[in-house]
Amino acid sequence: MSGDGAMRDLGASLPVPEFDPPTLVQPPPLAEATVAIVTSAALHPPGGDAFTAADTSYRLIDRAQRKLVLGHWSPNFDRTGIAIDLNVVYPIDRLEELAASGTIGAVAPRHVSFAGNQPDDVATVRLDSGPAAAAALAADGVDVVLLTPV
Amino acid sequence: MSTLAHVFEAAGIATVVLVSTRDVAQRMHIPRGLYGDFPLGRPLGKPGDPEFQHDVLRRAFALLEATEPTLVDHPEVVPSAEDAVLSCQLPPRFDPDLPAAADEARGIRKAYDRSLARRGVTSVGRVLDADGIPDALTALQRIADGDDWTTVSIPGKNTIAVCHDIRTYYEEAALELVQGPPPGGRATESWYFDQTEAGATVMAARRALKDQDAPFAFWFYMAPGHR
Repeated sequence: MSGDGAMRDLGASLPVPEFDPPTLVQPPPLAEATVAIVTSAALHPPGGDAFTAADTSYRLIDRAQRKLVLGHWSPNFDRTGIAIDLNVVYPIDRLEELAASGTIGAVAPRHVSFAGNQPDDVATVRLDSGPAAAAALAADGVDVVLLTPV
Repeated sequence: MSTLAHVFEAAGIATVVLVSTRDVAQRMHIPRGLYGDFPLGRPLGKPGDPEFQHDVLRRAFALLEATEPTLVDHPEVVPSAEDAVLSCQLPPRFDPDLPAAADEARGIRKAYDRSLARRGVTSVGRVLDADGIPDALTALQRIADGDDWTTVSIPGKNTIAVCHDIRTYYEEAALELVQGPPPGGRATESWYFDQTEAGATVMAARRALKDQDAPFAFWFYMAPGHR
């Protein structure tokens, strides 16, 4: 079996945290919305605040930052895509283009990076670090978040 | 990602998830998701293809108009290149006094340096820099050859981080060595584990650690689980 097939089958076999179907937030029109990226690639600037193996915290990434290190600890995904083009995981240049064309209202001043390899119960990210990251983006006036998994 | 989507919606921010595991997203009742049958690690599908990435974003942002939870599929499948044979030249044996993998790692150093100079950033550095790669491979070769793993010095005492740095060093170098178009999903992984001395050494050390009853987490995550 392929590596991706094995990982998707594994995901399908595991229990997941329980959530009720949500009531959706209705954002302003996209052309007026401030958009942020939240990725689980554990991206961080080089030489500093690296992610540990079971890191439940997050990093804020400045809008202008492009030099980013892949801090995810899992060996179970392709890692050269992001080395070829950061945007395949963190589409910050695409958002800048959409803002320039007026398709979205604005690119958020800060974006968020988590590590995808969270403890199974996801309790911290659900109750602590996730809400803290959301509050940080809300303070920046973010209306829409695009979540990119790794 | 699915958990965070719920958290951000609860905080009053609308979300769209670029879903990579459809079943999980469905069972977790995510607010809005666009499933892409793309290689894992490439949620926008195609590196270096802004047009395709914009197509993904256009379809994802269109879901913001939904008033009920929704999960739709991107119509294009981007297949894995795991079975592709990467045309990526490796150096000839140079120093017979070194383990083959350490010798090989030294031989691709200039390619790695070119990659670093071009990109301006590297994901090598969790516990090793490029200078430390040959010695780390020598240590893994000792384990593969039967040395008691508890007596071998592992940088950072962390095999997962060591193996991350070695593999990343090779994969970033491969981007400078490869002939033809940029590698597809998992193509460099297959090249690294199936064709390089370093990949063979990592797998042999991993087997030796398992046979020596080293802790599961110490050896299992040295390579992708399906290997």
